[in-house]
Amino acid sequence: MDWEFIVQHIPLYQEAAWLTVRIGLLGVVFSILIGLVCAAIQYFRVPVLRRITGIYIELSRNTPLLIQLFFIYYGLPKIGIQTDPELCGIAGLAFLGGSYMAEAFRSGLEAVSPIQMESALSLGMNRRQTMGYVVLPQAASISVPAFIANVIFLLKETSVFSAISLMDLMFTAKDLIGLYYKTTESLVLLVVFYLLILLPVSVCGTLLERRLRYAGFGS
Amino acid sequence: MPDLGLEVLLKGQNMVRLLEGLWIALRISLTAVVISIPAGILLGAMMTRKNRVVRAVLRLYLEIIRIMPQMVLLFIVFFGTTRAFGWDLSGETASILVFSLWGTAEMSDLVRGALISIPVHQYESGEALGLRRVQVYRYIIIPQTFRRLVPLSINLITRMIKTTSLILMIGVVEVLKVAQQIIEANRMASPNAAFGVYLAVFLLYFIACWPISMFAKYLEKRWR
Amino acid sequence: MTETLLKIEHLVKKFDDNLILDDINLEVKKGEVIVVIGPSGCGKSTLLRCINALEPIQGGTISLDGEPIDDKSRSLSVLREKIGMVFQSYELFPHLSVLNNVMLAPLKVQKRKKEEVKEEALTLLERVGLKEKAGSFPRQLSGGQKQRVAIVRALCMHPELLLFDEVTAALDPEMVREVLDVILKLAAQGRTMIIVTHEMQFAQAVADRILFLDGGSIIESAPPEEFFEHPKTDRAKQFLNTFTFEAVKTPHKTIKEEED
Repeated sequence: MDWEFIVQHIPLYQEAAWLTVRIGLLGVVFSILIGLVCAAIQYFRVPVLRRITGIYIELSRNTPLLIQLFFIYYGLPKIGIQTDPELCGIAGLAFLGGSYMAEAFRSGLEAVSPIQMESALSLGMNRRQTMGYVVLPQAASISVPAFIANVIFLLKETSVFSAISLMDLMFTAKDLIGLYYKTTESLVLLVVFYLLILLPVSVCGTLLERRLRYAGFGS
Repeated sequence: MPDLGLEVLLKGQNMVRLLEGLWIALRISLTAVVISIPAGILLGAMMTRKNRVVRAVLRLYLEIIRIMPQMVLLFIVFFGTTRAFGWDLSGETASILVFSLWGTAEMSDLVRGALISIPVHQYESGEALGLRRVQVYRYIIIPQTFRRLVPLSINLITRMIKTTSLILMIGVVEVLKVAQQIIEANRMASPNAAFGVYLAVFLLYFIACWPISMFAKYLEKRWR
Repeated sequence: MTETLLKIEHLVKKFDDNLILDDINLEVKKGEVIVVIGPSGCGKSTLLRCINALEPIQGGTISLDGEPIDDKSRSLSVLREKIGMVFQSYELFPHLSVLNNVMLAPLKVQKRKKEEVKEEALTLLERVGLKEKAGSFPRQLSGGQKQRVAIVRALCMHPELLLFDEVTAALDPEMVREVLDVILKLAAQGRTMIIVTHEMQFAQAVADRILFLDGGSIIESAPPEEFFEHPKTDRAKQFLNTFTFEAVKTPHKTIKEEED
């Protein structure tokens, strides 16, 4: 193991990790927004829009991110939609993540029993109050495990970004392997940096889940 | 109507070549599924055993595999082990190896989840009837877990198929690589081929995965 | 003559083509306690849900204090404030403490002052013997305790009419009593209530009038003494018979005695 090589190249990986985190987080934020809108449309059975979001969710869940990115990055410019790679990465991640988040939120909403809603209504609450004070707080806590799984899933999916020439962790590792044949060192750095990004998220997620389970809303 | 580069698909053997590329991706994922499911069932069942050492070792395997992006695992096996052990691993073999390791981990977690979701009373009432342990599993536990597990394992197949798109990155010639070749070869004749061809690849993956997802959803609804 | 609080005329309720309630007519006076009994599936619960506009109705009218209740009415939530409902499955809000469960609607719907509501909530909880549970969460309570909280939650809105939908059906036998005692106390205070129950002795004790529902229609409507002692219809007789058991062992023929 060439320690000098490792130390020397830490800054390079740092920069790449920062790119991964930045795109990953922005992608997650937009996924949440798309997911909330789609889940609301599905839950309230908004006509027409419900069909459209249904088609979007199926398309997004049944195709790989890599292909989605290729289409956005190489295909769309041909019909005049030009984006820079970073924007494209965020858009791709949001396109993929939106449907996963939508499913997480929707199943949370649907898990709150209809009688809970009725009992709020029978106390004289209007629809908005019923949603705000009774349904949403419960739905949110039910969605948490799926939500955390999605965040980790999306952060992991960022590993394909090198395919659209974003200089992320994978790109850096592949580059170094090609340049110096320091395969082991490059891979060790790759693994360590991914762990630095993913482990904290995973640990926080587990803690949050455990806390919620302890709160155990089971009637 | 702008040029969408769709005509390239109809030229010569292009569509057939894309389908052949897809077949390679499907073959790899199906091979990995065939290995993962029995291995995952075995490991999942072992995870519910009381032996702490076995459980800790399996848990470690599961967590390591699941926290790493599959892409990183591919790199480790394809670049890392060839260097460390000096063997010559083809891209296809490396992918099957990685996807099987990953699929086994995922499957074992599904199996464990299904097994522990069966209330203790079910085991106890089986034993109270005088059934032996094997019989309790055979007649009571397995039939109940089976229904939960089948839709989830079918979903694992679609996840596997989607993940095989990554093997492009370690140089296996599959559908995306073929697409790149077609676009490259037709750069002069149809400069907009990238739109049409990548759209076709997108839809091909969708056509491969969507019916499987729908089937899983149908089973889940029917068996609930 | 006391005034009418709730008036139901020619009520019809269908699920698709299934007729659930068929031409129901009912007048409930202020302070009256009505107990609705009947075989399962006869439409008892549906009747309560229609009164609270949780189910849309297909015909007839329901009015409270002369004001019509229907699910499209704009003043629906004002009407619902006047009707308290307690469900079989308690339906406490699992993410809120007992006190917050009781205070939520008075604060958010009636916009009352927090101190005042809190004081009333605690007084009411004390009356049902649960003051010390105010800070607990629903999951920490027994079924009987949960149901008493649910009753307090409804009371705290100062409803003019209380609906009880088989509130003891999900409870263990030893907890039934504590809940029924609370309802008996409310009856003694002169509250107007409509109660759906399978507890016949309780029905006899609490009711001013018994409604016997079968097949979606009111078959009998009579004071409890009359209904339980001299039911007029065969259907009612048959129904009441299902609650009595006859001894199957004649005293002289038990095994032990034969051996002696």
